[in-house]
Parts: sequence; structure tokens; C-alpha cells
Amino acid sequence: MSRVRSNEITWETFSEGLWKENPVFVMLLGMCPVLAVTNSALNALAMGLATAFVLLASSTLVSLLSQYIPKQVRIATYIVIIATFVTIVDYVIQAISLDLYNSLGAFIQLIVVNCMILGRAEAYASKHRPLKSIVNALGMSAGFTIALLCLGVVREILGAGSLFGFQLFSDNFQPWVVMVLPAGGFLVLGAWLLLFDWYNQRQQERLLKENEHAN
Amino acid sequence: MNTTDNSINTSDHQQPVTPSGRMIAVLTGIAMISGFLVVLTSQLTAPFIEENQRIAIEQAVSKVIPGSVTHQAYTILDNKISIAEKGQSGSLIYAGFDANGKLLGIASKAAAQGYAGMIYLLYGYDPKCQCIRGIKVLKLSETPGLGDKIITDSHFQKNFDQLDAHLNAENTKLQNPIITVKHGTKKEYWEIDAISGATISSKAVGKAINTSAQSLLPTLVPLMQQLKELSQKKSAQKESEL
Repeated sequence: MSRVRSNEITWETFSEGLWKENPVFVMLLGMCPVLAVTNSALNALAMGLATAFVLLASSTLVSLLSQYIPKQVRIATYIVIIATFVTIVDYVIQAISLDLYNSLGAFIQLIVVNCMILGRAEAYASKHRPLKSIVNALGMSAGFTIALLCLGVVREILGAGSLFGFQLFSDNFQPWVVMVLPAGGFLVLGAWLLLFDWYNQRQQERLLKENEHAN
Repeated sequence: MNTTDNSINTSDHQQPVTPSGRMIAVLTGIAMISGFLVVLTSQLTAPFIEENQRIAIEQAVSKVIPGSVTHQAYTILDNKISIAEKGQSGSLIYAGFDANGKLLGIASKAAAQGYAGMIYLLYGYDPKCQCIRGIKVLKLSETPGLGDKIITDSHFQKNFDQLDAHLNAENTKLQNPIITVKHGTKKEYWEIDAISGATISSKAVGKAINTSAQSLLPTLVPLMQQLKELSQKKSAQKESEL
């Protein structure tokens, strides 16, 4: 990230959360919900959206208030702001569906300690204008939600033979129960990281070769 | 603090140290905004959450009391039964009635330690056959694919079509305690046939029902007449209102 306080909003502001600085696959932040609630696509989507709301709202508020917040108490202030929005999400999900609330369990409340959100508040929102912070938070949220969905979809298909609750295979399909258990989270996350790394490495090699040819 | 941070916050070095009064003011301000937002959301969502919880219990009760149309919550305290009100102590039961207001059964909550945590369930008691007519698991944290079969396994659910829960002659305890037996060895009406591969979870279901029924039924059965009168009075009241 550039150290210049530029207020230009570019495509990069949004897209770095999607790919270059993807919170899950590149920065490996907020692993707790990533591993814990991605046992079905619906849970993953709900968790992604809940986190997105908290990230967006807290980034906006932190960025608006950043010049009034004394440096010494900034972390405490950020945590209070984040906790407020998490509590709001908690109530809203209870109002939408109790089943969803029960399946997400304690992980809604644990969004408070998702280091991606605090990290964004400290490293980005407090140093940029509100609009730019919002665009960046949108990109980060999208990257986080997509990453959660990547895990959730694979785990639900393999572990339960369904997608968003719809049965995909006939009764002959024997679900891989391990995939919906915690161990499956690690397996699928490992596989995705492997895929990402392999792709990145290939890109770098291609760049190197092109440079050699040019020389 | 490392050097890069210093380079970002160079402006702070020229400033005097922030007075603690300002820190307190900012924190108080933020806390007040936060409190306001939380209370606002809580107020706005409360009716929806209450409605969701009511629907969830309603659905569970109508599942464990087959054929019931309307439901009413009652509390039992000191051998007296009364219509449940908010914040009242005593054990909570739900009565299910058919369309004509006839009492069909009583539902009560039960809980026991399963394999990976507590299993909470609701079971329906039919006073006519003195048996349990259905269960619904409310919350569990059992292993997916194994322990959670207690919800999905239709053979296991059949145990509760007519599970015997007769009281002894003195109305002090169940004639035969409800017990979970090994898969395929169920012989008696008060036995629950376990799921093979999920024995601990099956046993927990049996234990939960037995513990709850042993304490609830001896007090409930003598109160049955009182409950019927109470419900008739209520339906009569409703008719006169109409």
C-alpha cells in the first residue's frame, strides 16, 4: 500500500480486496469464521454478509471520526464501534431467522474479534477519506464473502451432497462427513491456498520468462 | 512503535500530549452513540424476534402433539397450574388442543448431556394413552452424520409414536422407567431402540425424556382435571367475547 495520502479512488482501491490483498487467501486474516461456519454455502454467505456489514459500517464511522479520536485510545474506540455494529447484526439475524442464528452460533458475536475488521480500521479507514474507505471496505467485504463461499460451496457439495440446501446427487452418493466437520475446513482451505499459490507462482514464472526474452 | 509508524504520525510529535479529559470525552461520546444504536436496534427488532420464537415453539409443539391446532403455555408451581405469564417461575408446559378446544396432549422441554454437548428437546405426552407421542430436538451439537441422526432417522423417530409412560398406582413415578436399549433389542413399549453408531446420542434422548417425565408427570397427572377446567373456562371466555 502506498504511504501517500492520496484521495483518488481508483479501481485498485476496490479490487485489491478481491485479489491482490484478499483477506482470506492472501492475508490469512479472520481464519476463525472462515474455518468454523463454512460447513454449508448458506452459512458461509450469511457470515460473509454479516461481516461485510460490520466492516462497511465500522470503516465508515472510523474514517469519519478519525481526526477526533486521540491516538492513545484509538484501539478501544475502534473496538467499541465494531462491537456496536456486531450487536446490531446479532439482533437483525435473530429477527430474520432463528434457524440461521442457531447455525451460526457464537460466531456472530465473535465478529468483534475478527482481526480483518480491526486491521482495516487501523490500517486503512483511519488514514483515508470516508468515501475511499467505503470503497475499499466494499472490496474487502466482497473478497471475504467470496472466499467464504468458495469454502462453503465445496464443503457442502462434498460433505452433504447439496448446494444451498438443494440435493444435487441421487441417494447413491455417500457424503464425506469429514468435510462438514472442522477437519474438512482445514482440508478445503489448504486446497484453495495451494491453488492460489500455484497460480501466482506460474504467473511470476511467466513474467520472468517474458523479461528474459525481452532482454 | 516502529519507524514506519512514526513517519506516518509525524504530526503528532509536534502536538502536545493529548489531555486525558479529551480522551475521556471521546470515549464517552462513542459509548453514548454506541448505546443509542444498540438500544434502537433492540427496540426495532424485538417484536420480530419474539414472533420468530413463538413460531418456532408453535411448530415444535404441533409436531410433538399430533393433530393439535391451538396451543397454550401453562406453568406449574406448588401443585397449582396457571396460564403462563412473562417472568413467572415454575415449570413451563404447553398444552395442545384440537379445533373444538379438546385437550390432546402436553408438551414439555427436556435436556440431557449427549456426545458433544447438551441435547435439548421437546416431547409430547398424551394423557389418554399415557404415552409419549412425539419428540422434536430443539438444539444439539452432535457429530453431523452420526449423532444428528436422532433428528433424521425415521426408524428412531418411530420409537416415539407410542412410547409408554404409565405412572405407578401411587402416582409417584413411572411404572417402567423409559430406557434406551441397544439397536435391535427393543421388546417393551417403554424401551427406545437406539441408532447403531449413535448410541450415546440415542441414550441421551432416552435419559432426557425419562428425567423430565419422572419429575413432571407425577405432579401433572393429578392436575389434569384442573387443566381441563382452566382451558374450558378460557374457551368459554373467548366465545362470550365473540
